[in-house]
Amino acid sequence: MANPFQKLRESLSKTKDNILGKISRVVLRRKIDDDLLEEIEEILIEADVGVKATMRLIETIREKAVQENLTEGEQVIDLLKNEIRSILLSNDTDESPIETKPVVWLIVGVNGVGKTTTIGKLATHLSNQGKKVIIAACDTFRAAAIDQISIWADRARVDIIRSQEGADPASVAFDAAQAAKARQADILLVDTAGRLHTKSHLMEELKKIRRVIDKAVEGSTILSKLIIDGSTGQNALNQVRVFTDAVGCDGLIITKLDGTAKGGVLIAIAEELEVPVEFIGLGEGVEDIQEFDSSKVVEALFE
Amino acid sequence: MFDALSDRLEVVFKKLRGAGKLSEKNVQDSLREVRQALLEADVNYKVARDFVKSVQEKAIGDEVLKSIEPGQQIIKIVHDELVTLLGGQAEPMAPIDKSPTVYMVCGLQGSGKTTLAGKLALQAKRKNKKPMVVAADIYRPAAVKQLKVLADSISVEHFHLEGKKPQQICAEAVKYASKNFIDLVILDTAGRLHVDDELMKELEEIKSLTNPDELLLVADSMTGQDAVNVAREFHDRLDITGVVLSKLDGDARGGAALSIRQVTGCPIKMASVGEKLSDLEPFHPDRLASRILGMGDIISLVEKAEETIDLEKAEKMKEKILKSQFDFEDFLEQMQQVRKMGPLDSLLGMIPGAGKALKNVQVNEKDVNRMLAIIQSMTIEERRNPKILDGSRKRRIAAGSGNSIQAINQLLKQFAAMQKMFNNMNRMKMKGLPKGMMPF
Repeated sequence: MANPFQKLRESLSKTKDNILGKISRVVLRRKIDDDLLEEIEEILIEADVGVKATMRLIETIREKAVQENLTEGEQVIDLLKNEIRSILLSNDTDESPIETKPVVWLIVGVNGVGKTTTIGKLATHLSNQGKKVIIAACDTFRAAAIDQISIWADRARVDIIRSQEGADPASVAFDAAQAAKARQADILLVDTAGRLHTKSHLMEELKKIRRVIDKAVEGSTILSKLIIDGSTGQNALNQVRVFTDAVGCDGLIITKLDGTAKGGVLIAIAEELEVPVEFIGLGEGVEDIQEFDSSKVVEALFE
Repeated sequence: MFDALSDRLEVVFKKLRGAGKLSEKNVQDSLREVRQALLEADVNYKVARDFVKSVQEKAIGDEVLKSIEPGQQIIKIVHDELVTLLGGQAEPMAPIDKSPTVYMVCGLQGSGKTTLAGKLALQAKRKNKKPMVVAADIYRPAAVKQLKVLADSISVEHFHLEGKKPQQICAEAVKYASKNFIDLVILDTAGRLHVDDELMKELEEIKSLTNPDELLLVADSMTGQDAVNVAREFHDRLDITGVVLSKLDGDARGGAALSIRQVTGCPIKMASVGEKLSDLEPFHPDRLASRILGMGDIISLVEKAEETIDLEKAEKMKEKILKSQFDFEDFLEQMQQVRKMGPLDSLLGMIPGAGKALKNVQVNEKDVNRMLAIIQSMTIEERRNPKILDGSRKRRIAAGSGNSIQAINQLLKQFAAMQKMFNNMNRMKMKGLPKGMMPF
């Protein structure tokens, strides 16, 4: 198995080049002025750092440049690194909550973000850590979703609780939660159908799934994990807001971060949201998922 | 939520009210807001910058400075420019006029290719053409099955060769189609990252083997700044002929579409607006422009109404209202008509300004269902003449619809208020209602 940090570094190398690489080239032999700041703004926005985070970064540079009497373009780099670092590290919490088994991870998100694939990877990742994992195939809506998740369960060699297409997802969740309890599983991964957060009836369905699980495994720790496609733009914020209202959101999983330049979204999310990123998806292979470690990401981005 | 552009411009121009005169600087301030709105709608930075520049030239003319409502004037210019940039008017798909016509569908993972393949097939079928979908995604687990299930659900032929490479599957599919009187072949390719050279090569090969009449890039309307790179890469390598925007039924502003259009010059042809296979519409640049600016989409709403509401019934209903004969039976029918148009919250989202006014109002589908259940638990006689509802009848309805008697009383009250409103309207000698629409 390749060194995970190496993989992270490779995956983020384009992002690195796209943010710091470009900015380093732009600031060469330049004075700090409005034109330069505008060019930096352009680089940050285009790297999907987000409108809000970008505006704040630019303002901070402007202020600090005045305060500390900075004039040379190159001096911007360190300022920026520090600011981005503090944004990325701002959501870190070091206390891990006490969890009561079976711990349920309710995996939710809009269509096409990679929920099923992520669950496949998570199942492998967690069972490699020696945990007993069960998957609940609650996406009974999309054609062949159950087959897809079953193949992943086979690959990860974990149990799966499934029903047929069109079944009530809440009833599958109930059965799975009870099975998880009976079989003394450590973690139950609940795959749900993708749904746009604007469809209130589908969000209601999600609430119901959560309620049913609550009842089936009373006292257990139930965590909602929202999956976001790494190439999503500003809409990611709406998604987090609405899903949080419906079923809570204990952590984010950002997918499809491999190989392209869109790692900037990690900065946008850290700036605008208080929900921590827990995992990042870096490819289609079963091992291409990593626990998110902000200091490692900072290292991969800056060094 | 983001403030709609109109709200923001209002703020800019409010500051001026005292000053009395508009200057170039004011226009620039407002254009800064326009730029910010575009960026927040995920329009690419360079595209937004160039766009604002071109608007600036038009806006600094006397017309804006002298107009009574400069905010509205600027929005109009911005809107018109956006429409032009988005392609002016809807452009149709390549006609299905030879046997077989080939549509090839490609895009990133999770953008909605397989669903689109199903939607295109259904659309062809409705035009009395014989479509066939081809499963060329051999990588994602169960992708082949997904397409098969979709195809079966609309009774469309499905083509796949187990254990063969996508290039071969597609080439064979076209051969098969020409021998079997298939009108339209839809190639569903695997999702891939635009930076994945090997998989992009695969697409190039499929293209040269099948010579598609329409090579569609499916783009998620929620995509951020990266949309430009994706579109550029796909276009450079494959020379796409059109773009389909997916997931437009969400609340993404869809600025990515503008970037894609600018970078590729390709028309955006269709928009995917729901999970049902019938949810595919021609793309309307003017509507997307309103959406990017956060201005709602009233045209879609009216169109939806016209599509689904039975005009004859609507006329009859109008008569009844005018004669103050509107009863629960009519109300039920009316509600069912509205229901056909789609989920209520998505309908409300299309009303300009509703986003702002109804920010905290949740249209609860459940409340509506409860109301319908109550009416449906009434006898026809009761619906025609609610006055006969006494305690015993109400109890029965309450039990039948699973509601409390209070809920029923409340509905009756609301209904009485509505009837009163209609009476008042009649007294004001209302000349006529808009076609097919009710005044509430």
